[in-house]
Amino acid sequence: MTAQTGIHQSRKWVYIPLTMMALFYLLPMFVMLNTGFKSFAEVSLATMWKLPTSLSIENFQLAWEILAPNIWNSFRIVIPAATISSFLGSINGYVLSKWKFRGANIVFPLLLFGMFIPYQSVLIPLTQVMAWIGLGGSTWGLIMVHVIYGIPITTLIFRNYFAAIPDTLVEAAKVDGAGIWQTYRYILLPISIPAFVVVYIWQFTAAWNDFLFAVLLTSQDNWPVTVALNNMAGSQIIAWNVQMAGSFLAAVPTLLIYIFLGRFFLRGMMSGSLKE
Amino acid sequence: MDDWWGILWVLPSILAVMVFVYGFIIWTARVSLSAWKGLTPDYTYVGAQNFVNLASDRRFHIDIKNTIIFTLVFVIGCLLIGLGLAILLDKGIRAEGFYRSLFLFPMAISFIVTGVVWRWLMNPSTAEDRLSGLNLLFHNLHLDFLINSWYATPTWGIAAVAIGAVWQMSGYTMALYLAGLRAVPETLREAARVDGASEFQIYTRVIMPLLWPVTLAAVIILGHSSLKVFDLIIAMVGKQIALDVPSIYMWTTTFDGFFFGRGAAIGMVLLVSVAVLVIPYLWYSLRQESEG
Repeated sequence: MTAQTGIHQSRKWVYIPLTMMALFYLLPMFVMLNTGFKSFAEVSLATMWKLPTSLSIENFQLAWEILAPNIWNSFRIVIPAATISSFLGSINGYVLSKWKFRGANIVFPLLLFGMFIPYQSVLIPLTQVMAWIGLGGSTWGLIMVHVIYGIPITTLIFRNYFAAIPDTLVEAAKVDGAGIWQTYRYILLPISIPAFVVVYIWQFTAAWNDFLFAVLLTSQDNWPVTVALNNMAGSQIIAWNVQMAGSFLAAVPTLLIYIFLGRFFLRGMMSGSLKE
Repeated sequence: MDDWWGILWVLPSILAVMVFVYGFIIWTARVSLSAWKGLTPDYTYVGAQNFVNLASDRRFHIDIKNTIIFTLVFVIGCLLIGLGLAILLDKGIRAEGFYRSLFLFPMAISFIVTGVVWRWLMNPSTAEDRLSGLNLLFHNLHLDFLINSWYATPTWGIAAVAIGAVWQMSGYTMALYLAGLRAVPETLREAARVDGASEFQIYTRVIMPLLWPVTLAAVIILGHSSLKVFDLIIAMVGKQIALDVPSIYMWTTTFDGFFFGRGAAIGMVLLVSVAVLVIPYLWYSLRQESEG
């Protein structure tokens, strides 16, 4: 057997384990949708793996009635959080890569460590401060928390992006008399759109999927969808088929982002490991 | 002059992190040394009493046992599946992009969403007439020996939760390994082939040793996230003592039971465990970066 046929054979064989693993990854999605599309009459735990005989959207309608206000809350929290985070990260990344001040090399690792801390080590002061500044229970308090604890990752992504841009570009602007703001506004900001997309998507997804901060900091009226969904799943009154439909609704926005802007999402994900 | 403008621009962020990360950690450390119990703050200094109490706390012992089991199943599961998938995808097949996106999509979904689904998939009933979820699937596929009580299994129940976490994060591990494999120069493999190495030997002797840095990064990132796991357990099994972990104990004792001193002590234990893993890694990564 020559080396070439060996490689060729192994290639075809590769699809068997890959497809089996693909089924494993799709399993929860299948159950969510399969159950979600059954009519109330057809739903039963014993027939969980049978396909629906006809498509019904009863489950999705009921789940939507329950979760719609919370999905709206999630957008109200996530959009400002991701927007503010992106601009802050952009400015920090710019200064820490192109306008380095003495001590910048100490500041950066100190910022980065904030990305890894277990939030249980800051939750007690956080609730005290939120109550003290009068933001307890509100969406603005939660937005602020997402922005602040997002500073490390957003700064990291922008810093790496700007670091890859030649310093000569900045030097030339300085020679032409551009200050820190002009250099940013007219040179680096326009070419950093890809980094903005990466950071925005990353923060959008992280804030949308957050549960810990939300359950601690928001009152029931302001619950985002993750908290409401968990509450719905814990109740004895709401049937599991509605829970499945609700889970799917809660996943739709981030899934759509992943499907359409996946490569930007992946770039954000890889930077979290400090590896490019 | 330049220095001052730069500092001024990043000052808001630096201050925010100084207060909300470092200031709060010091504050939590102070609470962990206090007698604070109940709704009114009480900073009466009690030394290490809260930590001493934790050391003999039966619930905290369960937490440590669960964290160890969870971490082992989660990290080993992610590494094996991640490496396996990366090697398969590195064979240069046409549908690589499709499979890669598929294995990574769980990363985009909330642990709450997947937790709710896994709760039903891992329905622990093993009685023949009440099977559902995966147990029912195993029965239908004539794989009855696989039927088990999942998260309701005594002692090992937390491993079932870890399987849900493996599902979520193994694609990420695959992405790390795939990037590592792509960085291995083709000439090295060619050279090994010329020397008569089999495909298997090329992996064990040539490629695996080169992937050590990736494995180290993966172990640290996965290991530190297994110390922090919270959402997934809450959504899958709620707050049960048998499936308790430190992050949930901290939550319930502080915000449901108002034992702030004890909650802060658990928070500090978690922080130190994470720091021991992460700080050397951060130091190593940044030093490597500055060396180019």
